[in-house]
Amino acid sequence: MSLSVTTEEMSVRVGAIVDACAELEGPLLPILHDVQKEFGFVPQPALQIIAGRLNLSRAEVHGVASFYHDFREKHPGRHVLKICRAEACQSMGADRVADHARRTLNVDWHETTNDDAITLEPVYCLGLCACAPAALMDDKLVGRVDEDRLDTLIAEARS
Amino acid sequence: MSLKIYVPLDSGSIALGADDVATAVATEIGKRNIDAKLVRNGSRGMYWLEPMVEVETPTGRFAYGPVTPKDVASLFDADFIAGSDHALALGPTEEIPFLKKQTRLTFARCGIIDPLSIEDYRAYEGFAGLDKAVTMKPADIVKQVTDSGLRGRGGAGFPTGIKWNTVLGAESSQKYIVCNADEGDSGTFADRMIMEGEPFVLIEGMAIAGIATGATKGYLYTRSEYPDAIRVMEEAVKVARAGGILGKNILGSEYDFDMEVRTGAGAYVCGEETSLLNSLEGKRGVVRAKPPLPALEGFMGRPTVVNNVLSLASVPIIMDKGADFYRDFGMGRSRGTIPIQLAGNIKFGGLFETAFGLTLGELVDDIGGGTATGRPVRAVQVGGPLGAYFPRDLFDTPFDYEEFAKRDGLIGHAGIVVFDDSVDLMKQARFAMEFCAIESCGKCTPCRIGAVRGVETVDKIAQGDDPDGQIELLHDLCDTMKFGSLCALGGFTPYPVLSALTHFPEDFKPRALDIAAE
Repeated sequence: MSLSVTTEEMSVRVGAIVDACAELEGPLLPILHDVQKEFGFVPQPALQIIAGRLNLSRAEVHGVASFYHDFREKHPGRHVLKICRAEACQSMGADRVADHARRTLNVDWHETTNDDAITLEPVYCLGLCACAPAALMDDKLVGRVDEDRLDTLIAEARS
Repeated sequence: MSLKIYVPLDSGSIALGADDVATAVATEIGKRNIDAKLVRNGSRGMYWLEPMVEVETPTGRFAYGPVTPKDVASLFDADFIAGSDHALALGPTEEIPFLKKQTRLTFARCGIIDPLSIEDYRAYEGFAGLDKAVTMKPADIVKQVTDSGLRGRGGAGFPTGIKWNTVLGAESSQKYIVCNADEGDSGTFADRMIMEGEPFVLIEGMAIAGIATGATKGYLYTRSEYPDAIRVMEEAVKVARAGGILGKNILGSEYDFDMEVRTGAGAYVCGEETSLLNSLEGKRGVVRAKPPLPALEGFMGRPTVVNNVLSLASVPIIMDKGADFYRDFGMGRSRGTIPIQLAGNIKFGGLFETAFGLTLGELVDDIGGGTATGRPVRAVQVGGPLGAYFPRDLFDTPFDYEEFAKRDGLIGHAGIVVFDDSVDLMKQARFAMEFCAIESCGKCTPCRIGAVRGVETVDKIAQGDDPDGQIELLHDLCDTMKFGSLCALGGFTPYPVLSALTHFPEDFKPRALDIAAE
């Protein structure tokens, strides 16, 4: 996987992403999204490659990548579980569900389980406020999630 | 013509199992060899009934819900495709009281049509506004929008027409329309529903804005948390381009307008217009000082209209039916309709579009049916994480920009989050500060540092460390944030905190706080 990517290979793959976004006005966010899609996170060496291509300093690119919650500095687990922590979900017991997730997975926010199966992240609103609490397992949205539903999701992810 | 069976593709419906229901419906259609077409529509916005399946019969559409995959075979057995009775039958869709009581102008076709079918959209008078706009002079379009009384639906309530007029009057070789679809407020999902259920009305609104102001390029900036909305919008842009709605000489006119969909990266503050513009330019989403106004120096330093999804999506009907038609709805200086989102602990949660003026109590108790848990309503937060918590005593407040402001609240993006009597307002006040600390862009000290100090101060109250002194300090801190921050994040975080302190002082007592810390 990405961990074994050579510098040369990284340069080619990141370079291709930058080229594909070359015509865009303000291309940096689309580039960072695509890099994360490609590698699962934004590898440090990619910052320098992007900076070189866009005629920016590495510090500027790092500044942008680190500003946004979405961009990860290291590889997540095989699955990413996001649980909404915002008010509408709180009103329907999201804190209880989140505590259950942290206990069951034995991780805190932004951490990955020992078996590398699941990374737990908070999210502030998935727009499912009329069927709260809400969670997102990879690309799968789940409304009215409770402890049982969460256990099923976790079991599915681990199987 | 084959029969149509509708299963929503709205992400709220999907989160409740609509994809599995759609698969089951398709399987039954095949198994029973019925001449029927499965259409994935938007949601009607009644989430307690989702996934809601509809069928088109000669006497109109009939609804069934909430449907699970295992109900599907029995629906076919009961001949639901003829609108027959079933345990899940809701009768004719339009007769469902929650829908019948609404005035749907902005959401006129949402949930009715196939979101990606231009033919469907046209069949329901879609593009009638754009058809008129292409024959008009820009200044006349701007005048019509101004006369309609439409105000920015993102929360600030600034008159849309006045903003457009500034951009129209600005000299530049390139101007832009930026649609703010960074709907990050908890309790709101109207933008998402429009993008997923009726994307062409937004594209139409953006194109009209382009013609009106001389902008030829548009950007829709939405959230990475809305993957389904992104997918539908991107597809809709392609379909519109192929259909001559976007691109050169739109609808055969002299006007050019094209647009792109861009995705944010999980920063709440990017819903603030200047921060959004920085993000769109590929920078950190840090707030810019105003002036210069984005209308004069916006995206790439060029004149830019930044409008919320609902503002732009309201423009087509204003162009089609006229300024008077729209302005005749509403009260005071709040004209037209407002898509109110009933959310959180509420029995009938969903989208309710109505003229301004209903009271908060009517919305929460009568239309929303009280709490989902069946316990008494204790507090409602209106306007997202920066909105005030209102107690039942203020339920006579009419839904109107000025009336809410008079009571130290705001309607924001019109989301109402309901809490039952188990809510702890000291915890909610702490969360407001915590959220501000997490999402602050860092530009202003009152927001960046104040929010952190706010959390600590609430913790000290809970710990019993001079609670009276801390409460005084919290008031003082809120004042500093309110008057010393550039944007609404730092400036409005005091609303939930102060309203909690004012209306629910009994909650601010030393005791163990049940906190799921970040």
